[in-house]
Amino acid sequence: MVLDLFRPPIELEQLWLQIGQIGSRSFPLVASAGLACGVIMTLHSRTYLVRFGATSMVPTVQCLGFVLEIGPLLTALLVAGRVGAGIGAMLSNMRTTEQIDAVEALSVDSFKFLVVPRVLACVLVLPLLTIFTDFSGLLGGYISEFAASHISAPLYIERAFAGLRWENFIPPTVKTSAFGFIIGTVSAFFGYTTSEGSEGVGRAATNSVVLSSLLVIVADIILVRCIFFAFPETAL
Amino acid sequence: MNDQRRPAIALECVTKSFGEKQVLRDVSLGIQEGEAVCLLGRSGTGKSVTLKLMIALLKPDKGRIWIGNQDISLLEPRALSGVRRKMGFLFQSAALFDSFSVYDNLALPLLRMTDMSRPQIGEIVHTVLDEVGLADEAQTMPADLSGGMRKRAGLARCLVLDPEILLIDEPSSGLDAITASEIDELLLRRKMQHNTTMVIVTHDPYGARRIGDRFAVLDHGSLIAFGSPKELERHPSDTVRNLIRER
Repeated sequence: MVLDLFRPPIELEQLWLQIGQIGSRSFPLVASAGLACGVIMTLHSRTYLVRFGATSMVPTVQCLGFVLEIGPLLTALLVAGRVGAGIGAMLSNMRTTEQIDAVEALSVDSFKFLVVPRVLACVLVLPLLTIFTDFSGLLGGYISEFAASHISAPLYIERAFAGLRWENFIPPTVKTSAFGFIIGTVSAFFGYTTSEGSEGVGRAATNSVVLSSLLVIVADIILVRCIFFAFPETAL
Repeated sequence: MNDQRRPAIALECVTKSFGEKQVLRDVSLGIQEGEAVCLLGRSGTGKSVTLKLMIALLKPDKGRIWIGNQDISLLEPRALSGVRRKMGFLFQSAALFDSFSVYDNLALPLLRMTDMSRPQIGEIVHTVLDEVGLADEAQTMPADLSGGMRKRAGLARCLVLDPEILLIDEPSSGLDAITASEIDELLLRRKMQHNTTMVIVTHDPYGARRIGDRFAVLDHGSLIAFGSPKELERHPSDTVRNLIRER
């Protein structure tokens, strides 16, 4: 199945459509969630950093926290909820209403037509959405910090990016492609293979969200260890 | 019907089970080119399964299924695609793609199976939509169509590739008598004008008599009768006579 994902022909038109749907429709969700989490994280981090007289570190902590972990994981979990459920429900609905059989009857490979574009779209879109979440988080952090200390935007940006290096940014962002692969394959599996009626549609959607969220978290542990292994300087 | 012609579809001792439940038992059936055969039987006797076996959406546990000279039970997916190219399948629910407009539903097989340009595809789609009376609904989404319109749109999708064989699962189910009659009319016209081979699963003896040259009656997964309506009227089985009797 994994090999089939990359075996030509790739349904470019469907892939483009799915990238648009998954990306553009998830953007408001990840952007607003990132903004809110940015505000919350700054409220918490400021409370503790004040005690140590290190309030100037708030932007740095915010940026590293978001880029290294909060951004990728938050994005993946939000996409697992929104897109995973959508893929699971849509494919299972297509299965129960014989639309997948209809695709096959039209001599179209339903796996390549319906599953592959969705999985690839998740793989490609997750890193982009993660970047949006990171920047929304930073914006939220700035708003919160500005309210508390009236810090200027240039100073906030300077402090935020002071501790950030490319090896802190690229690997955690790219690892979300693996999260996208998990979300796409798990939800497509549950949707594509359902054999029950409307109950199966609900079950496919629920299972897609639950299992893909769980696997994303487990995969994150492994991927963080891999990043530490590949970039030892990023590890403490 | 002239039985000397080569069968367009032939089932040889086909058996199919789902888990413990045997749905078809040793079914053998030959359908001639240009012939319309109606599959009759009570619910759950394996009619729709037979239809899906004919287009290889299901594989038989035993037996062989021939489409022309090809045994589709042995074909690889790529070769199967060539056989399916000659066939159209109208699902009971029409199975239109929810996320595509009526136009896109019809254009998909042409885009995938032919080298036609977009304008040529547009021309064919509009011609077929006109043929089924849905010329004004090209941009409508399937969810906004009535049951009869969905059936006609599903039929139109089957017809765009001008198939040699049409497999039709309950064309009149859930439709009022007038709409059902319109669908029958479309099928009849197709049969007359294009000499299309048809296999129609139906519970409607009136429609079956209008379209069907021969009836095949399934009962508990076995083929218990196969012949012209006149022949089956004299069949010893009450089940057969009741199924073909117009109510």
